Amino acid sequence: MATTTAPARRQPAQALRPAPKPRHIVGTVAKIVLALVFVLPIVFMFVSSLKPDAQIFSDLGSINAFLPTGHISFANYAGVFDRVPIVTFLMNSVGISAATVILGLLVNSLAAFALSRMRLRGKKIILTAIIATLIVPFETLALPLVWWVNQLPWLQVNGFSLALTHGWLDTYRVQIIPFIANAFSVYLFHQYFDSIPKELDEAARMDGAGWFQIYRKIIMPLSGPAIATVAILTFLPAWNSYLWPIMVVQSENLRPVMVGVEYFYQLNVAWGQIMAYTTLITLPILVLFIAFQRSFVNSIASTGVKG
Amino acid sequence: MKFHKSRRLLTASIAAMVIAAPLAGCSGTASASGGSGGSGNSITLWTHNAGNPAELAADQKIVSAFNSSQSKYKVTVQAFPQASYNQSVVAAAASGKLPCVLDMDAPNVPNWAWAKYLAPLDLGTSLKGQLPSTIGKWNGKVYAVGYYDVALAMFARKSVLTAAGIRIPTIDTPWTQDEFNQSLAALKKTGKWAAPLDLGTSGTGEWWTYAYSPLLQSFGGDLINRTDYQSADGALNGANAVNWATWMRGLVTQGLIAQKSGADANADLTNNKTAIEYSGSWAAAPLSKTLGKDLAVIPPVNFGSGPKIGGGSWEWGMTNTCENKAAATAYLKFSLQPQYQASVAVAAGTIPATSSPAALKLDPSYGPGGSNEIFAQISRKYAELRPPTPAYPFISTTFTTAAQNILAGADPKSTLDQAVRGIDANIKTNNGYK
Repeated sequence: MATTTAPARRQPAQALRPAPKPRHIVGTVAKIVLALVFVLPIVFMFVSSLKPDAQIFSDLGSINAFLPTGHISFANYAGVFDRVPIVTFLMNSVGISAATVILGLLVNSLAAFALSRMRLRGKKIILTAIIATLIVPFETLALPLVWWVNQLPWLQVNGFSLALTHGWLDTYRVQIIPFIANAFSVYLFHQYFDSIPKELDEAARMDGAGWFQIYRKIIMPLSGPAIATVAILTFLPAWNSYLWPIMVVQSENLRPVMVGVEYFYQLNVAWGQIMAYTTLITLPILVLFIAFQRSFVNSIASTGVKG
Repeated sequence: MKFHKSRRLLTASIAAMVIAAPLAGCSGTASASGGSGGSGNSITLWTHNAGNPAELAADQKIVSAFNSSQSKYKVTVQAFPQASYNQSVVAAAASGKLPCVLDMDAPNVPNWAWAKYLAPLDLGTSLKGQLPSTIGKWNGKVYAVGYYDVALAMFARKSVLTAAGIRIPTIDTPWTQDEFNQSLAALKKTGKWAAPLDLGTSGTGEWWTYAYSPLLQSFGGDLINRTDYQSADGALNGANAVNWATWMRGLVTQGLIAQKSGADANADLTNNKTAIEYSGSWAAAPLSKTLGKDLAVIPPVNFGSGPKIGGGSWEWGMTNTCENKAAATAYLKFSLQPQYQASVAVAAGTIPATSSPAALKLDPSYGPGGSNEIFAQISRKYAELRPPTPAYPFISTTFTTAAQNILAGADPKSTLDQAVRGIDANIKTNNGYK
């Protein structure tokens, strides 16, 4: 009996399931096409990294461009390691990006906290002035900024003594410190902090908490999404940094990964090696994206900014 | 004085930032106050060869030989990637951090000398026997010297040309304009190629001026009047220049070239997507590898005023802010020994700047009967220096824009007139770059 009734019960349920509407089908197809638009260049990059230069171009007009066919090898990867100190560049970029993100989170959230929670005269004017700096593109400031960082002092630790040095060029700090304070990050934190009820501050103050305790123990623990958003939006430009390092870094052992791409543009461009190199430097970003996919999507959704 | 110096710095910085150096063979004011480039008897040398292990190793070998040849001076190498090298130099100049010795693309030499990035060189007899196009001069003084040059040429399959009934030209009897046009028409007629000639129109930056201004010169025009370098009027917009521009546009309208060619000309020729490739001596080695003895090296076409190619590749100079010019001069003199020049040329696959026996011993391919002799001959016979004027970076970008517009269909005469107005105005704004 049981064997005959069970299917009979399922059949009506299946019959009740609504048939897919045409607009759903169109939507799904559109999503697939959109996904292909973004995925295929990455597939092409990886597949081409396994092919000789001439084959990359001969395959261009066909589906083979996206398939590992023909003379497949890891020769381009070997060429990359011969031509570029990629491990050094990767370590530099990881260090520079991580330092920029950590210090950026601290400095920008503190600035935003002051503007959002503390009683300051002219807070709105200060915030407007900070936001106004977003209008100026970095490229226009780059050359004057080089001059400025070359004038800045630094305390050098030599064993147990301190020495005052002059100029920041050709250092790690010149790649980190100018990018810690970020107007957009301050703005994002400020908007998020504003959405947290001020009553929490007042209650904490009545319990004897100071401003820094309120910041550390109340506001920041409640600002997870804002922290994730700022972290991602700070990390990406730090990782992709190109113009600034070529202007301020002379020593090869201090260069970040993006500068390495330039190593392959010689008279006869090494296309396969470029693809191998870009595959290698894209991997950390892909891993990060997969690990923090939800935060990444939320950050874009909450800011309306392309990552 | 201070105002003029600041303006020079700004103008030169912008000019040098704009000009890209994607190509070695085709390829301002430093803070004059204060010194840079090393300390004491240790000096720093900058090169564009970070992505070119073979040439970098050859440069490093010279430096090592120099350091061990004496105990007074020590040279340290810092290598930069070529594509962003100019930006690195300009930024260093702006912050007074130029090295003592650096290499530079030949057409930048006058601008960087005018901008006081560079100091004149006193190398004495070290320049004897040097290929003329490898000596960077401005205002009668030598500011830079190169170990090698490159030469423009065309490449094709001998079998393809023969099958189409096309004569394979030689250095002594290059194609005439009519012969070239007929050859392209014959190739097009076979229907095998959508565009038989690859002029490299997908190239960027300095390539356009390096590659196409020699064609303009062969038509009888030029980028500027070379009598005093104060105006382009008549040279860049005269009848000969208009003929050049009309011919260039005609190549596109007749389907003889692509308005934007493929990204890799060597691969397109190898894959038989094009029949003739306009490139340079640097393409010979990879093409010879794939096409073998079927490869034909075609000298530049004579469009009426003789075959022309651009002269000058990467050259070495000494900066104005160098604190130890004696060390820099000593190094440059040392490095110009024929065997060292040849070793760099071999590593770079280029034409040695000297044809001395010591150089030819290292690379006999450029000597009599060698497989690359034709490039040395083309360079010696047909090289024309790009205008040695500080205005060159501006001229180059203006010419590039005009040529791109003409290929896209803009009216040749009015486009060239506009380019001339821009160049003349720039020269006047900078007080004639004097």
